[in-house]
Amino acid sequence: MMTDIEIVRAARSEKRKTARDYIDGCFTDLTEFSGDRLYGDDRAIIGGIGLLQDMPVTVIGIEKGKNTEDRILHNFGSAHPEGYRKALRLMKQAEKFHRPVICFVDTAGAFPDVESEERGQGRAIAENLYEMSTLKTPVLSIIIGEGGSGGALALSHADRIWMLEDAYYSVVSPESCSNILWKTLDKADVAARALGLTADKLYSLGIIDRICKDKALQEFAADIYGQIKELMSVPTDRLLDERYKKFRSIGYI
Amino acid sequence: MDLKKLFLKADNELESSEKRIRSRKITCKKCQNTSPVKKIRKNYFVCPECGYYFPVRARRRILMLTDNRSFIEHDRDMASRNILDFPEYEEKLTAAKDKSRENEGVITGVAQIGGHKTCIFAMDGNFMMGSMGAVVGEKITRLFEYATTQSLPVIGVTVSGGARMQEGMISLMQMSKVSAAVKRHSDKGGLYIVLLTNPTTGGVDASFAMLGDITLAEPGARVGFAGPRVVEKTLKTALPDGFQKAERVMECGFIDAIVPRHEQKDYLERLLRLHEASREVSM
Repeated sequence: MMTDIEIVRAARSEKRKTARDYIDGCFTDLTEFSGDRLYGDDRAIIGGIGLLQDMPVTVIGIEKGKNTEDRILHNFGSAHPEGYRKALRLMKQAEKFHRPVICFVDTAGAFPDVESEERGQGRAIAENLYEMSTLKTPVLSIIIGEGGSGGALALSHADRIWMLEDAYYSVVSPESCSNILWKTLDKADVAARALGLTADKLYSLGIIDRICKDKALQEFAADIYGQIKELMSVPTDRLLDERYKKFRSIGYI
Repeated sequence: MDLKKLFLKADNELESSEKRIRSRKITCKKCQNTSPVKKIRKNYFVCPECGYYFPVRARRRILMLTDNRSFIEHDRDMASRNILDFPEYEEKLTAAKDKSRENEGVITGVAQIGGHKTCIFAMDGNFMMGSMGAVVGEKITRLFEYATTQSLPVIGVTVSGGARMQEGMISLMQMSKVSAAVKRHSDKGGLYIVLLTNPTTGGVDASFAMLGDITLAEPGARVGFAGPRVVEKTLKTALPDGFQKAERVMECGFIDAIVPRHEQKDYLERLLRLHEASREVSM
């Protein structure tokens, strides 16, 4: 059994499958699209359309990159506002053509630089939550590695949230939490435990819907297919109503 | 980490300003001039000498913006529990209640502004830096749902360090929950006006603070997503002048107007009046 901080480290490992691996392994006829139509193309977010078995889908991923050069290209999976706006553009396109959306989430967090702030990082994330809450097509988000706070949430306002068993999803990194509360980085393990950021804990809190084992991508694709088929059979009004209730019910009883 | 410092500073300022009020005189921390409490209060808690903005408690904020005795509070008794059994959280909640004399970090309800009925919420920087946990998210969500069924506008005054760490992912999910309620209110034609005050940051900036139809800010308020120290670390040099200040954020296109405190009530009244008039015309 891994401890919580070990899970966080595993989620950050450079040896892990990235969004690109999942996308290449689960879909065919992949056609990648670029740009947010407002400012630029953020390579931290990749996305486009493809086939999930016989079903056209929109696929979006936060990509960390494979080697040093590639990681720099993808900004280590930390998006600027144009990344979240690119994702939203692709989701709106999916809505128009009634394609389901599948998001692969793997990020330490939204990129914290001056440019991101001045181009409205907060507004970009907020707009995704706002628009995704009524997107008239099914959305499945899968936390495949790091689920770093608002930067991960911006692609996770979904009908179903899945999580790899050794991924984490947290309001704050355990290191920052330890630093803020106890003025030291040494208590990251205590913070990791306290934050309840593992798949097991989040499943028991009703925040995620399924814990996924690391399995062959073909089998993984079959699981996704089953889930999307089920969501596609739900009338849109009910889908949106259930999506609203899903988030509405979190927090206060 | 930097946010915490920022808030501690704001908290200390507020606390000492309160103490000075009781002693009938306030010394401005910016210009060091001392003014009688009456004069400061009359001046909307802005230093009459240099224009420095003293932090304002949520309850006083509502008094300043709404018609006399018109405010009816909702969900006043709702209080947080330590759902995750997070270390030292109960102590922090107790201290926050003592300090703010409130049960949680936001006050919600219905009031009138210049005779126009509206829903209103105001966050309180004295309650754990105005951080958003389950109760803050729930109260604001309920207010938007009420406003949607009653066809009322919502006015929100924000001050927050972001999501509350001590509630883990439950607090992050409040961003989604409130944003969805704002969307439902908007889809029914509801008006939502945000007044950003110092500081509005983190998960609150990245959700309902940035979702208003009209976005106003107090002069000099810090508005942004990431903490300034974190951004400085990315940049590896000093931050540019005015970074994350309301005036700069407005230049960048994210704020409609900067409204001085003494004009805020009239400003809101005018916006409510204009929206009521346009509704009548369309009917």
